[in-house]
Amino acid sequence: MQFRNLGSWLILGATLTFLIGPFIIIIFAGASAGNSLAFPPEGLSLKWYLKVFTVESFRASFVLSMGLAIFGTLAALVLGVPAAYALNRYKLPGDEMIRTIVAAPIIVPGIIVGLALLRYLVVPLNFTVTVALFFAHTALILPYAVRVVSSSLNNLRSDMEEAAVLLGCSRVQAFFKVVLPNIRGGVLSAFILGFVTSFNQVPVSLFLSGPGVRTLPIDMLSYMEITYDPSVAALSALLAFMSVAIVFAAERLLGFSRYV
Amino acid sequence: MSDAFVRLSDLTLSYGKSVAVPDLNLDIREGELIALLGPSGCGKTTTMRAIAGLLAPTSGRIVIDGRDVTRLSANKRGIGLVFQSYALFPHLNAFENVAFGLRLQKLPQAQIRARTEAAIATVGLTGFEARKPAEMSGGQQQRVALARSLVMEPKVLLLDEPLSNLDARLRLEMRIELQRVQKATGVTMVFVTHDQAEALAMADRIVLMRDGKIVQLGTPADLYDRPETAFAAGFMGFENILRLEDGDLVSEHGRAAVGYHAQAPMLGWRPDAVSVGTGPLQGRVVASSFAGGHREYVLDTPLGPVNANAPVSLAQVGVGEQVAFDLPLASARPLFA
Repeated sequence: MQFRNLGSWLILGATLTFLIGPFIIIIFAGASAGNSLAFPPEGLSLKWYLKVFTVESFRASFVLSMGLAIFGTLAALVLGVPAAYALNRYKLPGDEMIRTIVAAPIIVPGIIVGLALLRYLVVPLNFTVTVALFFAHTALILPYAVRVVSSSLNNLRSDMEEAAVLLGCSRVQAFFKVVLPNIRGGVLSAFILGFVTSFNQVPVSLFLSGPGVRTLPIDMLSYMEITYDPSVAALSALLAFMSVAIVFAAERLLGFSRYV
Repeated sequence: MSDAFVRLSDLTLSYGKSVAVPDLNLDIREGELIALLGPSGCGKTTTMRAIAGLLAPTSGRIVIDGRDVTRLSANKRGIGLVFQSYALFPHLNAFENVAFGLRLQKLPQAQIRARTEAAIATVGLTGFEARKPAEMSGGQQQRVALARSLVMEPKVLLLDEPLSNLDARLRLEMRIELQRVQKATGVTMVFVTHDQAEALAMADRIVLMRDGKIVQLGTPADLYDRPETAFAAGFMGFENILRLEDGDLVSEHGRAAVGYHAQAPMLGWRPDAVSVGTGPLQGRVVASSFAGGHREYVLDTPLGPVNANAPVSLAQVGVGEQVAFDLPLASARPLFA
């Protein structure tokens, strides 16, 4: 009994170390007083955390990443909520295939998605980098939106909509007055999940970044190629804190984990 | 019949290629409480959904209050439906659930408030207005669902298995409640049930259905005392149904020469109509149980199992013993296929 307990504590400890260890390392690496990225840090200071805010390209790429995450997720929800609703409520011809296609961006490696989008959207259609990134992020978030919203729709009986219709609603009104208020938590959860996914996206964005237009993670990569200072670690730590804060708030406010 | 308030003419209802209800004709009078009774899959719920407008008929017509509503969408028919699951809106409290339809009509606030409160009072839920559905019992939720439909002053109120989700005590209470509400509001009510006791107790008329067809339509007394078919009789508690051939009673188990002559090809007896202790037939008791006013026997006979009720005053016959019994012609109900 004692031994089994010890074993499970070891496994738990190892898991937490793997999950949280890197996080702790970047927090301290970013708080270094020295000039190169190293762990353990050479003394402690907050100067790199402050420097992050002065780097011009970080500011621009942060705005781009934020915009992509917010508007890409909104677009994915505008497409994904009705799609989830239709797949959930109606027996559609080929609905299995639609489900697979919608889920495809999760299954297909990001590198391939990025290359395909570059080859078939950006090059022939001459999309600007920003537009291409917007489409790519929307497509990447869509599977999450459909899945999370679907799972909250599953908990909602369809006779509620019929009841609303019999009380005078049109089908569309029934959706907005009865369905949407009851899947609000799921939609918000999908938004947060989509936002975090988009914000942290690397492989697809890598292919679609162009001169002067880079998402924040890509910008950090290229910054590191030139300047090997702790500011990248500081920025990573800040972003990680942002993600954790968002998910923590979502869990507290909405019970986020019920939907994912 | 000219007094039909709801008229279903040659109504055919299908799901894809499978026909659930072929060619149904039914007239319902104004202010009537009518039961659609039958086993699951008999088309009763399908018929109800078609009246509500939730299912478009393949062919045929639905006329309500002199107006052809066959192609009218469900939200314009002015019909109420109390769902089996109640289908309350979980995000709204009892008051807002009931007020939902009135708010859609954009009525003045004062009127919405007054009508909603009146409907909530009608179902006896005053004081529960602020409760969310999750904070109410099944019986209370059903009352909210009832009030939510009643407040719209529907031409017809449909109820899908209204008592099936309630426990025995609440069931009796709700049965009386539904009848009271129906008399108080005068609304035409159609309810769907698979429970003949419910239909007999509540309905003014019963529509007994099987395989999408009406087997028999009549008052509870008509159906209970005078079922016309073996199916109807079986549903109404005629537990012993036997064929009549050349004066013999016949079942798949065997035959017994009784010398009966009747117009009908089949005869049915309730357990009460079988007399135990005397008679020309012999059986062995395989089960015996005390049921308060009477004792219920299951007899193993050459005709197969026979269910018989005997008064408790009669000397008890033990399990395994032989006993004489009679299926008297005088108390038999003649039945047709």
